[in-house]
Amino acid sequence: MAVAFDEMNIPGGDLRPAYQELARWLKETPSEALEYRRQEAELLFRRIGITFAVYGESESTERLIPFDVIPRIMSGKEWTVLEKGLKQRVKALNMFLRDIYHGREILRAEIVPDDLIFQNPVFRPEMNGQQVPHDVYVHIAGIDIVRVDAEDFIVLEDNARTPSGVSYMLENREIMMRLFPDLFARHRVAPVERYPDELLAALRSVAPHSASGEPTVALLTPGVYNSAYYEHSFLADKLGVELVEGRDLVVKNNEVFMRTTEGLKRVDVIYRRVDDDFIDPLTFRPDSVLGVPGLMSAYAAGNITLANAVGTGIADDKAIYSYMPDIVKFYLGEEPILKNVPTWRCREPKDLAYVLDNLSELVVKEVHGSGGYGMLIGPAATKATIEAFREKLKREPEGFIAQPTLALSTCPTCTASGLAPRHVDLRPFVLTGSKSTTIVPGGLTRVALKEGSLVVNSSQGGGTKDTWILDE
Amino acid sequence: MLSRTAENLYWLARYVERAEYLARTIDATLRVTALPAAYIGKTNEWDSALLTAGVAESFYQTHEEANEHNVVDYLSFSADNPSSIRNCIEAARLNSRSVRTALTSEMWDTINSAWIELQEVWSKGTSTREELAKFLRFVQETSLRFDGSAYRTMLRNDAYWFSRLGLHLERADNTARILDVKYHVLLPEEEHVGGPLDFYQWSSILRSVSALTAYHWVYRETLKPWLVADLLILNGTLPRSLASCYDNLVRNLDQIGVAYGRQGPAQRHARGIRNRLEHSNMNDIFQHGVHEFIQEFIADNSRLGEIITKQYLI
Repeated sequence: MAVAFDEMNIPGGDLRPAYQELARWLKETPSEALEYRRQEAELLFRRIGITFAVYGESESTERLIPFDVIPRIMSGKEWTVLEKGLKQRVKALNMFLRDIYHGREILRAEIVPDDLIFQNPVFRPEMNGQQVPHDVYVHIAGIDIVRVDAEDFIVLEDNARTPSGVSYMLENREIMMRLFPDLFARHRVAPVERYPDELLAALRSVAPHSASGEPTVALLTPGVYNSAYYEHSFLADKLGVELVEGRDLVVKNNEVFMRTTEGLKRVDVIYRRVDDDFIDPLTFRPDSVLGVPGLMSAYAAGNITLANAVGTGIADDKAIYSYMPDIVKFYLGEEPILKNVPTWRCREPKDLAYVLDNLSELVVKEVHGSGGYGMLIGPAATKATIEAFREKLKREPEGFIAQPTLALSTCPTCTASGLAPRHVDLRPFVLTGSKSTTIVPGGLTRVALKEGSLVVNSSQGGGTKDTWILDE
Repeated sequence: MLSRTAENLYWLARYVERAEYLARTIDATLRVTALPAAYIGKTNEWDSALLTAGVAESFYQTHEEANEHNVVDYLSFSADNPSSIRNCIEAARLNSRSVRTALTSEMWDTINSAWIELQEVWSKGTSTREELAKFLRFVQETSLRFDGSAYRTMLRNDAYWFSRLGLHLERADNTARILDVKYHVLLPEEEHVGGPLDFYQWSSILRSVSALTAYHWVYRETLKPWLVADLLILNGTLPRSLASCYDNLVRNLDQIGVAYGRQGPAQRHARGIRNRLEHSNMNDIFQHGVHEFIQEFIADNSRLGEIITKQYLI
């Protein structure tokens, strides 16, 4: 594996410009002070109740995502490139979805193979030919970005269903500003706090035409036991909208209402954090108690906007991912600004053969997996694990893709033995309304806290950092 | 507001109030049982603590007899007793999480910090009287802080009114229960009334509803059962009296009615109970029988809870 790109230090001893002030500050600040602030931050997180649940552990388990107090810093110039690339990517995702559920030109042009769409469980035939308000499918996208050198941004994963983590972006900043006012005074950090306002504006802008002048927005959560519940309540609060569960909503005459103390009240836009499968027991899983019976028929009647739309999974599917550069070119006629990780599609015999020969050097992922579950990291795996995986792969090659093990960039991070480089990724949040696409400067930086680890997922020992975009 | 939110706020307030009441009951019982036997007679104070908490029946399904150890444990820490202090705090925290957006940060902080703090008590229990006293004080202080932060930080809208409804309904129920147990169970015969032994019994009732000092200010008399009853039932100036709870319930329901532009059965039922309290005097109540009066009240009060639920919360 190549040497990882260090975001702070240039080989040879110099510092990258964005980190110079931080390095000075670190030199002046004793390590006990850092440790003390770290503990203070943890206490704040607990008191505010910023916790998440880990599935499989007992219900009462609430865990903190470890927070690293050293910020991750990017220059304004770097951000400008990234921002442009993100907007381009999300625009293409939306056009792709619109096309897949309508004309399917991209299939006729044979850019993407048919069976990858039609045999894909996340493809929703219910959405065929259905008009979604303002043609927006992915209102909120979380695009996972990694770096391997100073030039390129690489997309690791598109999250076009119900991406989470934005509350950490906002709370991390809040807590950093409380704990390190002097450090902020020495930098000009672009603010992130307008995210909720922009989200609300985007959601309102896509209200169905039958909505009143002041559309009513609600946030649909699976409930307190969901791992991201804190984020749901946090966002509802910041947006000033009701946080509803399925049982609070009812569909009558193809309109959606919430049960209030004053009777039924119409809802126009649902920012839903419930997966497609569970959203309407009459259409999808009949055993779902999290959804709203009849929601899909109100959706079809054009009386409710769901954000994100139903069926967006077909755009962030790992099998589709490898076609993204072609998808961008097809719809926009532009070269993609953000790169893709080179990807072997195990469904193709030639690729499969290569993957089977090189398992110990590759990362193999389940096409439909998420959260870092069910994947093989070749270089870190034992022989036995690799062999077991090989069998799985042979049995169902179409269920997997493989990628080279990337040397994710590193940032300085607090560890038990002082500051040390740890691998990071970045999830910026892209908002698409009826008229515009916006991104607050920054995102959620996740950091693999274990030395050498490349897995940044919070369910597997990852932590988070505040992400600073310098306003130059 | 969402019916579910209103329901959560209502129950949240009830749970916190109930936790405080249980803590006070245990506190008062500990005080009485610390007295030499001659002062308290033969009654089992721990049995009566179970009765006032309304959990005697479930307790005796798993226990032979009531003593300090097992009753304190059952009322404070038991996970099996749905209305133990522990379960009240757990339920309050869960309700708070579900309606975080309707709580002020001060209210959330009170419940969440208390919950965090008490995790240790749940796992270790309290090994000494001192630790127990500290725990009971902590629960009472949590309730005071919660009530105070609601009072000082909540917008005066339906969220506030529904939470007040829960508080006063629960409080009325608690006050009524403790009166009933002391009158009915402890003093079935009239000859006891006024004896030296009663002084401690009555002061313990007053203590458990934090009204001992108030009694002296209002009546400037030694403790007399009918005055204690008068204070707890009819005196509108005592915040825990039935009359005061109903003044508040009627007011909060009216505010909801005005805000929503419509009155309903809850408003009418609450007003009915308040009118009855207003037009009662202790003589009539004694004639009628204190026990019967209070039993009727408890039933009426819980009926109001059902009506509120039907009208607003589902």
